[in-house]
Amino acid sequence: MEFGSINPVLLLASLMVAATPILLAALGELVVERAGVLNLGVEGMMIIGAICGFAVAVNTGSPVLGFVAAAGGGALLSLLFAILTQFALANQVASGLALTLFGLGLSALLGQGYVGIKPPPIGKLDIPLLGDIPLLGPVLFSHDLMVYFGLTLVVAIWAMLKYSRAGLVLRAVGENHDAAHALGYKVVRIRVLAILFGGACAGLGGAYISLIRVPQWTEGMTAGAGWIALALVVFASWKAGRVLLGAWIFGGVTVLQLNLQAAGIAIPVEYLSMSPYLITILVLVIMSADRSRAPASLGRIFHASQ
Amino acid sequence: MLRLEKRPQPSQVWTYLTPLLAVVITMIMGAALFAALGKDPVAAITTIFWEPLFGEFAFYYRPQLLIKGAPLVLIAIGLSLGFRAGIWNIGAEGQYIIGALTGAGVGLAFYPMESWVIFPLMVLAGAFGGWIWAMIPAVLKLRFGTNEILVSLMLVYVAEKLLAAMALGLMKNPEGMGFPGSRNLRQYDSAHNAELITGSGMHWGVVAAMIAVIFAYILLNRHILGYHIRLTGQAPRAARFAGVRPARLVLFCLGTSGALAGLAGMFEVAGPAGQVSIDFNVGYGFTAIIVAFLGRLHPVGILLAGLLMALTYIGGELAQSNLGLPAAAIQLFQGMLLFFLLAVDVLTNYRIRLSRPEVA
Repeated sequence: MEFGSINPVLLLASLMVAATPILLAALGELVVERAGVLNLGVEGMMIIGAICGFAVAVNTGSPVLGFVAAAGGGALLSLLFAILTQFALANQVASGLALTLFGLGLSALLGQGYVGIKPPPIGKLDIPLLGDIPLLGPVLFSHDLMVYFGLTLVVAIWAMLKYSRAGLVLRAVGENHDAAHALGYKVVRIRVLAILFGGACAGLGGAYISLIRVPQWTEGMTAGAGWIALALVVFASWKAGRVLLGAWIFGGVTVLQLNLQAAGIAIPVEYLSMSPYLITILVLVIMSADRSRAPASLGRIFHASQ
Repeated sequence: MLRLEKRPQPSQVWTYLTPLLAVVITMIMGAALFAALGKDPVAAITTIFWEPLFGEFAFYYRPQLLIKGAPLVLIAIGLSLGFRAGIWNIGAEGQYIIGALTGAGVGLAFYPMESWVIFPLMVLAGAFGGWIWAMIPAVLKLRFGTNEILVSLMLVYVAEKLLAAMALGLMKNPEGMGFPGSRNLRQYDSAHNAELITGSGMHWGVVAAMIAVIFAYILLNRHILGYHIRLTGQAPRAARFAGVRPARLVLFCLGTSGALAGLAGMFEVAGPAGQVSIDFNVGYGFTAIIVAFLGRLHPVGILLAGLLMALTYIGGELAQSNLGLPAAAIQLFQGMLLFFLLAVDVLTNYRIRLSRPEVA
């Protein structure tokens, strides 16, 4: 066992990479939940994004097209959820579970021909001067485009929810859909758009796993990342900035346990790899005391009766 | 323009018709899916739904119906109690694994002693293991208000890792020449969950599933606790005024579903599966969610839905070997079933009306 073999700079750098998939998925789910919809299908949308992105990237040779396809695939799957919950008025918990089960099956079917293939590599965005700063350079300024896209999205969603008119309307729909309806806002339309956005984000997160983080395709490869993303939204008290903080914590735990595995610590691999899930539970326990922040209409069915 | 109008009461007729309608739509869409995969859709559907029951080798497949159906029914019965009260245990897969581990653990601890007490002890241990695993989300929910959906699901992954650790470590067969996996409980008479009637597929797990169905029926229809469960699901506010204590319901519903899932795991590991191995769990805990909804959370409905889902597993395997249908297609098929069920369910609670746009 050698702790000396763990390089803290590399650890922090890979933390940013490990955090990105759950960050993207959690940001999407944050918007969905702020609109008052609980979509438990994040895991299903992520895995669909993972295979759509992988398949398109392999066939076209372009990771960028892969990510576009992943966002499209995730959004398309979430459309099913939107139809079920917004038009057929089905229970959101059950529909979310259905989405996950369906997504896992569909991804396994789509991914049959792609096992054991390497995806085209994505170029790292080495920022010339900043990337050369010792310590900070490798940690902050030498990642692929998606890492920075995730960080930009945090700021964009934060600003959108806090300062823009669209954000205000979205929050109104999530806090009290009847009042929002009475004011003339199209509750169903806004929610459908939010769900589609959430699906696209989850798809991107999934594709990040299959194209960059792992990078290959295996069945069920998201391994609970979607559920961790859901937990992250609760952890963040439905605030964009804290989603980033949470994603870094989970990313850190994941990377640290992988490093400990590689360092040959005396704990068996199986026990170490439990840690992200156990930490999730622990964090949920700590954060659940304060439930006042949850959108008031979260998970409730809206039916406009005259 | 189509418009939904809420029914004053859920429609009785549609309550029974929607699961059948969902199955029919799933068959049609499934046939389309199989056709898209380049397989003969009619052959695929008959292979899945007809061959195992009435085909040439039905004598071999019919017992499988009970073997595959028993864990599904057992788990789904437990889940349905919670689902009715709005308590969402979706980590049955984890409780199933832990039940198998504790059950098999007790059996392996006694090896090679032969005694009639071993199997009953294993049954108790299996139920206890599942119960404890389900108590974690229950206690956390009551003590800290933690969401039971996320906690119970996280514990599935923890249980899977624990299973791997056990199959490779503590429970590994010392005479297994280094291969992962425990001793085979089928070769250990006192611990073997054997067929009760040869060639029928009937084992103790099937008996337990039957008992669970009967007890759940009595509980929901004849017992005050069952009434409280139904009341909490339909009108939480009214339930609180009526003196229902939600904490007790959470403990009862999660505990029961955990214990039943644990039992299912224990019967599986001691019988059909035979040993603790890395790939022991095959997703019964998740499929049982579909079974519970397809059976409309009603014990008798769940029994029928469990047998239907078992049929798709068996027929699916058959279609895999005979027609080369990919295994994932069957998984997708099962997922589609839940989707269509939720979609057509709107007919139970709402009436669809045609209306002209009103002139203001």
